Parts: sequence; C-alpha cells; structure tokens
Amino acid sequence: MSAILRNLIKFVVLLWAVSVVVFLLVGMSPIDPVQANVGQAAYINMSAEKRAQLASYWGTDLSIFERYVNWFAALIQGDWGMSLRYNAPVAQVLATRSLNTLALMLVAWLLSGVIGVVLGVVAGLKRGSWADKAVRGYCFVLASTPTFWLGLLMLMVFSVWLGWAPLGFSVPIGKSAADVTLLDAISHVILPALTLSIVGVANIALHTREKTIDIMESDYIRFAQARGMSRMQAARAHGLRNLVLPAITLQFASLSEIFGGSVLVEQVFSYPGLGQAAVTAGIGGDVALLAGVALVSAVFVFGGNLIANVLYRVIDPRIKRGGDAL
Amino acid sequence: MANRKKTLVVCVSAAVLLVLVTLAGLFLTPMAMESNLAAKNQVPSLMHLFGTDNLGRDMLLRTLAGLSTSIGIGIVAAGVSSLIALILGTAAALGGKKVDACITWMIDLVMGVPHIVLLILISYALGKGFWGVAVGVAVTHWPSLTRVVRAEVLQVKNSSYVAVARKMGRSPFYIAVHHMIPAVLPQFVVGLILLFPHAILHEAAVTFLGFGLPPEQPAIGIILSESMNYLSLGMWWLAVFPGLALLGVVMLFDLAGQGVRKLVDPARAQE
Repeated sequence: MSAILRNLIKFVVLLWAVSVVVFLLVGMSPIDPVQANVGQAAYINMSAEKRAQLASYWGTDLSIFERYVNWFAALIQGDWGMSLRYNAPVAQVLATRSLNTLALMLVAWLLSGVIGVVLGVVAGLKRGSWADKAVRGYCFVLASTPTFWLGLLMLMVFSVWLGWAPLGFSVPIGKSAADVTLLDAISHVILPALTLSIVGVANIALHTREKTIDIMESDYIRFAQARGMSRMQAARAHGLRNLVLPAITLQFASLSEIFGGSVLVEQVFSYPGLGQAAVTAGIGGDVALLAGVALVSAVFVFGGNLIANVLYRVIDPRIKRGGDAL
Repeated sequence: MANRKKTLVVCVSAAVLLVLVTLAGLFLTPMAMESNLAAKNQVPSLMHLFGTDNLGRDMLLRTLAGLSTSIGIGIVAAGVSSLIALILGTAAALGGKKVDACITWMIDLVMGVPHIVLLILISYALGKGFWGVAVGVAVTHWPSLTRVVRAEVLQVKNSSYVAVARKMGRSPFYIAVHHMIPAVLPQFVVGLILLFPHAILHEAAVTFLGFGLPPEQPAIGIILSESMNYLSLGMWWLAVFPGLALLGVVMLFDLAGQGVRKLVDPARAQE
C-alpha cells in the first residue's frame, strides 16, 4: 500500500518536472512564436503594434517564468490554458485527440500483442525450422524499419494502388460527425493501426520465442512428456500460461514505444491524434498545448509501466523488477 | 570461430560503408542539389537508378547525400550520449546514495516521456536545424546505456578481486585502470554501436516531422516527407529507395552491434 503511495508521489513530482522542462525548453527557443504562427508573408506585412498586440493576446510577450507561473496557477484550478494553434481550450483539444490516439493505440496494441505471441510461440516450438528462421528474419528487419516509411509504403499499396483504404484522416472528409458510422471510423483507423502493429510485433515475438524455448526445455515440460503427454499437449497445458502473462506485461511496458510510433504514423496518415497535435504545437511554439501533450504522454507511459510492474509482482513474486535495460 | 569471422566481416563492411557514404556525401551534396527540369519525375532507369524528383534531381545522389548527413548526426549523437552514459553511470555507481538517487531520477524523467515528444521540444528549443537534431538525439539516448554501465561498475566494485586489490594497497587509479575499464569497456562499446542505428532512425523521424534539418539540406527524412506529396500520383520510387537505403544502413549496424555483443558476452553467445 505504501509502495503505491510512494510511487504516486514520485509520479506527481515527475509530472511537475516534465512541465518545468517543457517551459524551459520553449523559453530557450530563438523562434518567435508570433512569426511562426501568422506565417512569413503576413508577418512582414504586419505593423509593429499589430505584432505586439498579437504577442500580448497570446501571452508570448511575458517572460517564460511569468508564463509558467500563470499556467501552473491555472492548472491547479483545473484550467489547462488556451491552445494558440487551435484557438481552443487545451483540455478540449487533448480530450478529443486523446480518444483518437487511444483508439489507434488500442487496436495496434491488441493486434501486435496477439500476432507477436502467436509468431513467437510458433518460432519457439519449431526452433531451427524455416518458420523460426522466417519469424526471426522478420523481426530483425522490422526492428530496423523506420515506422513512418512503412506507413508511406502501406499508404501507397493499400490506398493509392489497391484503393482498399481511405487516404487518411479519422473520418471521411466532409461528413458531419453525426453521420460517421462505426464502419467509417474502423476503415480509417485500420491502416495506421496495422502499420504500428507490424513494427510492434518484432519485440514481443522475439521475447515470446525465447521464453517458449526456455519453457519447452524446462523440467516440468519434460516431466509432463514423461507422463505420456505429447509435446503439444504439454505446451498447451503448462506452457501457455507461463508465456502469455509475461508477454502481456511486456506489452504494457512498451506503451512508450507505441506512443512514439503513433506520433509518426499519425503524421503520415493525417490522423488527428495527440501526436499530430504535438507536431502542430511544436511548429508554432504553443507552449500550453505542448505541456499538455507531454503530460498526457507521461501519464500513458507511467500507466503502462505501473500496470506492468503490478502484473509482474502478481504473476511472479520472485521477480521484483525486470532486468535487461537495453 | 564462424561466429567470430562473421562478426568481423559485418563490422568491417559496416565501417567501410560508413566511410564511403560519408565521403560520397561530402562530394555529392552540391551535385545532389542540382536540378535538371528536362529530366523531372523520371521512373528509375539505368541513367537514374533511383529515378528523379519533380525538380529533376537524381534520387540516388540525394539519397547518398542524405545518408551521409544522417551518419554524421548519428556519430555525433551516439558518441555524445554514450559519453554522458559513461560519466553518469560511473558516477551513479561510485558516487554514493544521493548521487545514485539523483541520476536514477533523471533516467526516470527522460524515460517517462516518449522520445519523440522530447525530440520535438529540444529541436524547437534550439531553433531546429542540424544542432537541434544532433543535440536532441544525443541527450535523449543515454538512459538505457547509463543503466548498463551503472550495473556493470557496481558489480565490479562489489567483487572480491577489487576488495583484494584494495587490501593490497592499490590506489583507486590502479583499480580503475586495471579492473574497472577492462570490465566495463566491452559492454560500453556494444552499447555505443547499438546506439548508432537508434540515433539515425530518430534523426530521420524528427526530420520527417519537420523539426530537423531545413528542407534545402538533403536528408532522408526530408526526402520521405516530400515524397508524401507525390504518393497519390503514383511516384513510388521517391519513397521506396531512400527508405530502403536507410533500412539497409540501420540493419547493418544493428547486425554489427549484435555480433560484437555475442563475442564480448559469452552468456549470450549460446543463442
């Protein structure tokens, strides 16, 4: 109980540090937010008063310290500030976009988890066979593949050539929100999610493969086989449970990577999620939105790690913390 | 033995490729920026192996020049972040409880936010451009290696042979040179090599998002983000070949790193 509380306090301090880092970095930047937001041409034609007026409207004329204090005071009262790029409250931008990103990540997370475990088990059971070699080769190549490039290829093949999937966005263009059917939403999320999963499979499949090999060589499998069970029966009765839980844990711990991948994939597919908001905010120096996205992404990562840690303890009391850092 | 030979071949070819592409990039960059409107939007042919873009620039030259930039950033970033990792990892292991807690907390902080979000922030803070990416990649990639170095140094510090050396009156400097460095160095070199592909991939990603190198500079990220505009016109070669080239370089260095790891870490050699 106290461990959870201590973790929680640590996490709040971490979030606070993240917000300080965001404001420090934005304050350091030599880029003028007014110029970045109105565009080069409009900026040149603008009078000095107009520029100053815009700067004070967006609050960018204050020092970064004052801006941080204002932002923090508002945040404590539940106000996340205004996004200058979207001209809307940050909380609102984050809410709609988090839902989109969550949908994308959930589909990708489930797909890569299930496919990864299946591939890993097959490769591990048939160690040294062509299937094992194929899975290992696939993982090796995919671990080095730039996610956004894979997204481009998917877009090219499935949207441009085959015309099976739409060219981007989360809903059909020009359709009002009320008319969007579930099928529309799914058809728009499937390609980006597939891209994320194809890359995400590598890690989990390799991990499951090694675990499968370990388990199949363990004494309890050997004993089960000595009792007369076939290899497959033994694997199903004793192996699977030992395999699936660590795999789930690993999947939770890899939320940070999936989030990073989704930023890139959202950009390729023009999918209006958190990642796209981060990119837009970064281009315009939208500090409130940047801080919001950074905090939400930190919550994602922390949540994933927390669940992974708790699962670890529940599954295997011998392990206090997972080992290999690289 | 076969393993050793294979690793040697991979490492040497990786090093040769590294030097060749970097040199080629230095010479080819002016040529890669040259446009030839008479030969624009050409499908790959013997004249232009990778095809040409909408300004008639040869994509093979642009890809090589872009790879050379990427490798430059990769080397700077991997070098700096492994140096950070070495210093922080050693400090955490030897500097006492408070230093250790402080560094562990810093690792948690950097690992707590997805890399790409941090990269966007740092790149913005430094006004984008070459240094924005190089610094960004360098200061986000040290945590994993720091943990490895810390664990390794701790293990040596608590080992009985160091205790014996101390009892025999060896100076801390002697212990560092004769016991610490030989134990940590192999893991460190592996980490350094494995950081390199990561660094290149992240450089390309940030540049692709529009936070890295300026559009006039040849870079794989720029080439790929430009290619998005021509995707619906069916100009597949703009995206396919530069991406494949990047993939090839990353894979080669990954292979080299894994190979060296197998050689220096007998526990993993039984793969």
